[in-house]
Amino acid sequence: MRAAVIVFPGTWSDGDCVYALGRVGVDSRRVWHRETEFAADELVVLPGGFSYGDYLRCGSIARFSPVMEAVRSHAAAGGLVIGICNGFQVLCEAGLLPGVLMRNDSLQFRCQDIDLLPAQHSSPFTAGIAAGRVLRMPVSHGEGNYYADEATLDMLEDSGRVAFRYCDAEGRATAGANPNGSLRNIAGITNEAGNVLGMMPHPERACDPLLGGVDGNAIWESALGGVSAATAGA
Amino acid sequence: MTVDDHTLDMVAMSRDEYERLVDMLDREPTEVELGMAGALWSEHCGYKHSRPLFHHFPTEGPYVLTKVGEENAGAIDLGGGWCAVFKMESHNHPSALEPYQGAATGVGGILRDIFAMGMRPVALLDSLRFGPLSDPNNRHLFSGVVGGIGGYGNCIGVPTVGGEVQFDASYSGNPLVNAMCVGVGRIEHLLSAQAGGPGNPLLLVGADTGRDGIHGATFASVELDEGSGDRRPAVQVGDPFTEKLLMEACVELAEQHGDWIEGLQDLGAAGLTSSAVESAARAGTGIEIDVALVPRREREMSAYDVMLSESQERMLVIPKREHLDDVIALFRRWELHADVIGQVTDDGMATIVDGDREVARIRVDVLIDAPRYPPEAERPASLDRAQAEDLDAIADVADGAAATAALLTLLGSENIGSRRWIYRQYDHQVLNQTVVRPGGDAAVVALPPDGDGDRSGARRGFAVATDGNGRLVALEPRIGAQIAVAEAARNVVATGATPAAITDCLNFGNPEKPDVAYELEQSIIGLSEACEALGTPVVSGNASLYNETPDGAVMPTPAVGMLGVIDDVERHLTPAFGSGDTAVLLGASPAQPASALAGSEYLAGLLGRLAGRPEIDLDLEVRVQQLVLDAHGRGLLTAAHDCADGGLAVTVAESCLAGDVGFEGVAELDFGPGPGARLDAALFGEVQSRFVVVVQSSTDADALLELAAEAGVPATVLGTAGSGGGGDRIRLGPVDLALDAARDAYDGALERALAR
Repeated sequence: MRAAVIVFPGTWSDGDCVYALGRVGVDSRRVWHRETEFAADELVVLPGGFSYGDYLRCGSIARFSPVMEAVRSHAAAGGLVIGICNGFQVLCEAGLLPGVLMRNDSLQFRCQDIDLLPAQHSSPFTAGIAAGRVLRMPVSHGEGNYYADEATLDMLEDSGRVAFRYCDAEGRATAGANPNGSLRNIAGITNEAGNVLGMMPHPERACDPLLGGVDGNAIWESALGGVSAATAGA
Repeated sequence: MTVDDHTLDMVAMSRDEYERLVDMLDREPTEVELGMAGALWSEHCGYKHSRPLFHHFPTEGPYVLTKVGEENAGAIDLGGGWCAVFKMESHNHPSALEPYQGAATGVGGILRDIFAMGMRPVALLDSLRFGPLSDPNNRHLFSGVVGGIGGYGNCIGVPTVGGEVQFDASYSGNPLVNAMCVGVGRIEHLLSAQAGGPGNPLLLVGADTGRDGIHGATFASVELDEGSGDRRPAVQVGDPFTEKLLMEACVELAEQHGDWIEGLQDLGAAGLTSSAVESAARAGTGIEIDVALVPRREREMSAYDVMLSESQERMLVIPKREHLDDVIALFRRWELHADVIGQVTDDGMATIVDGDREVARIRVDVLIDAPRYPPEAERPASLDRAQAEDLDAIADVADGAAATAALLTLLGSENIGSRRWIYRQYDHQVLNQTVVRPGGDAAVVALPPDGDGDRSGARRGFAVATDGNGRLVALEPRIGAQIAVAEAARNVVATGATPAAITDCLNFGNPEKPDVAYELEQSIIGLSEACEALGTPVVSGNASLYNETPDGAVMPTPAVGMLGVIDDVERHLTPAFGSGDTAVLLGASPAQPASALAGSEYLAGLLGRLAGRPEIDLDLEVRVQQLVLDAHGRGLLTAAHDCADGGLAVTVAESCLAGDVGFEGVAELDFGPGPGARLDAALFGEVQSRFVVVVQSSTDADALLELAAEAGVPATVLGTAGSGGGGDRIRLGPVDLALDAARDAYDGALERALAR
């Protein structure tokens, strides 16, 4: 498996993603935002950053970028796509995922470790994570407050598309564990088919004991298993 | 004389200085020449009151690759072919008027200083001072500055890993905002800031030029007054997105095509004027600029406006002629425009034309030859009065309950409480190199990993901290400045790193006043003495004078940024106690006399008194720091914490909170009171050269005590942390405090102060 890490001019987590993927044995290539092609078996990563400065609204300009058409096609063909932090914002702005990410309810940027509980195990990104396992990793954002209307939220829940929730150390989705005011403590969601994941927390920063933890690797490893299985099946 | 006083005021030039300029030119300057000379002769660029003292600073040391003066900052050898450059700079006056943008552009400016040298910025720190948060304006300034630092650093993707903040009434209305940046890279990628090779083009890269920030350098060189609000146009606006593009392009240029260019220089204070003139001065060349070629974002800008604009996010590149197109193409790929605006000449002149009209032609050496004013210093009588106060006349803490209450108050105070409210607004992890995050004594940052996730070749890194206690400098400038260096070094040593070099930011009042001149002179001498003793030369720095409001000057505040080298970042130490750990106090015995309270947070914060005479024994300081490094080298230590602000009780409590464990002090420990020893001095006194370190076995404790005895360093076993004793309480001498109560007070300190 190989990963394609997309680089917008204001992306800054590309190196961190390449490093984290390397830790779980995945080679990556960086893809400049003007490029337009992915291999079918590539894991496409939209990393954190401020894609185009984000003075208007996070991700609102990036969705018009040439590379986003290719991301759309890749997703439609069943390829794996993960958007982290700004990447999640871009996926929402591009209409690949429902809802929006608003300013944190604290009205402040938040960089801190949080606990995260997988809310489903049906997508390639969560299938390999043991049920009930709480993952610890950082968030680092000013606009991570997930919002969608009630009908959409119900639809996401009913169809098992809520991928992760902010929780306390015991896995309870409490208000105190929610770093940004996201509705229903939602930290990450998938598309209907489950091959596109958007999440605010940074698994690529929890990849090395030296940096304070390795829980983020569980997500990459799960996705890796998913692709291997798919490739084997084909 | 044709020039009027108003014109001279605008460029902050005195009548005498104007006449000096006329003498040097042998004619009246043109308007543009006057503007250029005014900016370069300002305190901010020309250091006219501080440079006469810089000769005190040691600049060479075992880790120094290039000395300051030859370039914008000295470089430090991290080993393995890697080097670090670092620098700290003030943005005090802009932040007083427009806290968010003032602080944000301070961060932007220091970042450019670092990547102009070809190094990738990997860590930001901020040394901040504000008036008490009980005042709404101070809360506004504090929140705005923290927001601006985060807004810029978070967007550009450079982690803010540390810093410090202190609150004191003297900073009301004149906050200190000192931003520091560390960059790392391969030694062979270091770039020069020299405009070498006559005939080479001058290439202006990045943002367009507007009227923002005109006279910013001169604004930084006058006192703030009621009219300062009118200077708001002198504050610039930051665009971190453009800066990110500039940073990536410049680092790529350095790492892959350093041979394409002669020099690279950022545009900071005094904009194009200082950038072009200083790089020509370094190379011994001249420059010719046609302002008509400078891309602008406003109409009808004069040559004067263009030369003095402090528009942000601009760099001056001096490519070799044959690689001009290559360099332009590289910047274009990063979606930046690059325009030739002139060329390097061999005549030693700064020639400015506007199309076919010459508007300035002035010798480079005249422009950089700012007047120098040796300080006319006079020791303020107030120093001796404050030192002569009888601290023994202050009532000691009455009993254990009062001591416990005092500890709780200190832990919940603005000056001691947790800085989490600040650093959680900063991305302190991006780049995956932050090994020790904010909240401890110093941050530890690893070198960049290899692309494939292998860190085996990059175990090296650095520790970095800022420090500088204005209260101690106010009481005795020379000693207080020595302590600033010593404590910054101690912070770095507490992580297991070896102090290598400092950068400093000299924040003082108006140096034309004899008492401020005394503070400045003595501080520089004190900084230099401590740097000599500790083997940590000064590799860069900045002076910010005229920090005064109508209410008076700020406390003299030399801020020190210390970098330490660490060969294996995995072997770092933090302040956190672990369960069963034995804590040892190094550097002084626990029992202390009243003099230990000099300048302490206990005295100032709780009793409202700034008094006493701070002391430091630099020989002992060196021995204690060496002892900690030796003990760590032998694997004896599992934690270490600098024992400073708030004294021993606060230090132990902080280590308990960091490790989430209680503490049981040794019962027979003598804290006083007794002859010449007081309880408050033992618990809250701020005697220098102390660490609280941790060992895990009695064998290790014995080995540590033996090493200490050999080094002539006092060492005392304080007690045991965690389940081995204390449970969920912090017990030290008569102090008995619930861990939860300590945590509530400490964690919420800034939130409570801001919610008032």
